[in-house]
Amino acid sequence: MNGQSLLGYLADSLRGWALGFTGAWGIPPIVVGMVGWIVTCVAVLTLILLSALVGIYLERKIAGYIQSRLGPMVVGPKGIFQTAMDALKLLTKEDIVPVDADRILHTLGPVIFFMAGLMVFIVIPWDFDTIPASALDTNIGLLYLVAVSSLGVIGLVMAGWGSNNKWSLLGALRSAAQSISYEIPMLLSILCVVMCAGSMSLAEISRAQAGGVGHWYIAQWYLWVPAIIYLVTATAEVNRTPFDLPDAESELVAGYHTEYSGMKFALFFLAEYMNVLAVGLVGATLFLGGYNSPLGPADPGIPGVIWLLIKAWAIICFLMWVRWTLPRLRIDQLMAFGWKLLIPAGFVSIFVTAGMILVR
Amino acid sequence: MDAGATPRYDMTEAALNEYEHIPTDEGAEELLINMGPQHPSTRGVLRLVLTLDGERVQKCVPHIGYLHSSMEKIAERKTYKQYVPYADRFDYLNAMGNELCYVTAVEELLGIEVPPRGQFIRVIMAEMQRIASHLIYMAAIGIDTGATTVFLYGLRERELLLNLFELASGQRLLYHYLRIGGARNDLPGGFVEGLAKFLDLFPSRMKEYDAILTGNRIFRSRLEGVGAISLEDARSYACTGPVLRACGVPYDVRKVAPYSVYDQFEFDVPTQDKGDCMSRHLVRMAEMRQSVRILRQALEKLPEGEVNAKVPRIIKPPPGEAYARVESPRGELACWLISDGGDKPYRMHWRAPSFYNLQAIEHIARGIWVADMVPVIATLDIILGDIDR
Repeated sequence: MNGQSLLGYLADSLRGWALGFTGAWGIPPIVVGMVGWIVTCVAVLTLILLSALVGIYLERKIAGYIQSRLGPMVVGPKGIFQTAMDALKLLTKEDIVPVDADRILHTLGPVIFFMAGLMVFIVIPWDFDTIPASALDTNIGLLYLVAVSSLGVIGLVMAGWGSNNKWSLLGALRSAAQSISYEIPMLLSILCVVMCAGSMSLAEISRAQAGGVGHWYIAQWYLWVPAIIYLVTATAEVNRTPFDLPDAESELVAGYHTEYSGMKFALFFLAEYMNVLAVGLVGATLFLGGYNSPLGPADPGIPGVIWLLIKAWAIICFLMWVRWTLPRLRIDQLMAFGWKLLIPAGFVSIFVTAGMILVR
Repeated sequence: MDAGATPRYDMTEAALNEYEHIPTDEGAEELLINMGPQHPSTRGVLRLVLTLDGERVQKCVPHIGYLHSSMEKIAERKTYKQYVPYADRFDYLNAMGNELCYVTAVEELLGIEVPPRGQFIRVIMAEMQRIASHLIYMAAIGIDTGATTVFLYGLRERELLLNLFELASGQRLLYHYLRIGGARNDLPGGFVEGLAKFLDLFPSRMKEYDAILTGNRIFRSRLEGVGAISLEDARSYACTGPVLRACGVPYDVRKVAPYSVYDQFEFDVPTQDKGDCMSRHLVRMAEMRQSVRILRQALEKLPEGEVNAKVPRIIKPPPGEAYARVESPRGELACWLISDGGDKPYRMHWRAPSFYNLQAIEHIARGIWVADMVPVIATLDIILGDIDR
């Protein structure tokens, strides 16, 4: 495997094997390419859904640890099958639609939210030479990512409006306001990274950080502020404490998903954890060197995807720690924080980064 | 209050319609929203009809009575001894305090003197109950502002107190421990040691709460300056307890009209002067420290001797009336008993502190954010059982 990653090796050998026998059958290579692409997508999808399940389990265990209790312990050893059983339970539950609800919007809401969460993962680069590095390696990867992640809020607004519930509507309006205000500073922080890497392709950004921990963007002092802005705004984007106002339980009952049950609720729930995973993966790619080993050339050959997942989960665990420690902000405080602090800080860091690139 | 205000206690459609369709500028309408009776942060079954302009509360009308259980009428059908367990049940987080209030009133009617040890046991129980109740308050405001971990912390320490209550009375929530003339039994073996251990542990846990909740910047920004009530308003609504003390008045029944043996203890009445949610929160946190102080002194001075006074088997107080006041965790709790010489009270009335404190919400809520309703309800620390009785 010299000079090649495990994922790349697997992909290559699969491709070679498939090309071998399909050639004998007279199937054109383009079909093999398409099938390979579908296989990549399915593999990524499986990874994401499994990760969401693991994420929910981990969240409950970490919450238990922080709150001096055990967390799930009953189903399976140490309760590891709890999430799977919960998902099964939700599958078998009745799907309740309120009488006066808009049926179409009520159904479309969670679907759009889920799809938006899923589409983010297409552009994540998993390893340095998987072909393609991500399921879709495009030179506008970050633009696509930002566009798609803001699609989710449409689903939330649909759900809130379609439920015909005033609490849901308030939650949906809050989430729209929150997403719009926090997308701007997030874009500004991402822009700093784009300026450093000179590309919007996530694979390119990862490549630019190769060669050990010193080459990661987090090691550049002028990218510390963007990194913090990214972390804060990403927490707000995925609606987690201290920015969980759209589904603030004690204020808005359950916000936009008050009127949801069964699998539609499960879609919201899964999508939430997929979004958290996306935040972890994108954060790791932008600032923590992506799939690059912190040891640089001295790395003993640990696959890049492992490094990527370790970094992503580190970020996710940090988010969980924050969630179970901090109280929630109020909507006006949240807006003031976004507009008066994060956006100016984002602009300043763009200028600082530009200056540093000039003098470098 | 507003002149010609709409009927407040009427729940008919017509009354509700008066709140609906209030036209504002540009033809926009205000949003009428029902907070409760099924809502995660309305403490059980409080129903608030909110008129919202965006996320601002224009009007807040509390509707109560969902938990009404005729506590006062039942007293007229029960003998004096039989009513003690009922006293537990209305303000279920202050069961010991309620019992203390009731038995003090009956003892006043009968003219019974409780032996010193019995009195000290009562003080110990009442103060433990105060800490337990304030812990629930803290747990609840934690979960209301989104700090879910505080909820578990509060319940963790309350659990230790409940174990002690269970040791003494066999019950964990509704004790039926205090009796007319004393208590059901003397403190069991291990109780004093267990309480001493708790008192050693608790101050360090208080520091934890200060770090994770009171000192948290987000939490402070959620509470400071929110839901303030002026001293005049607090007085005119007859607010008592932490709500009044947060306005700067050191009014505490334990000090101004000492009952039981409270005059033998040294403790301060913590006050704040802003009258907002944070002041109410700080007063409660400080009160827990004062309760620890009282408990320490009580354990030190705990006299030997009898627990119970001699009480006739059938209680038939002479005709007359008694009014006993105690300081419940929520404010001034009072029990008014009228005897006609029979074995049952002719009439009894509870002055429930939550009832008076809740009235102020109509005034406090005007113009605040809907998100602020939650800390306001939490810091008023209402118990619906106490309100509806």
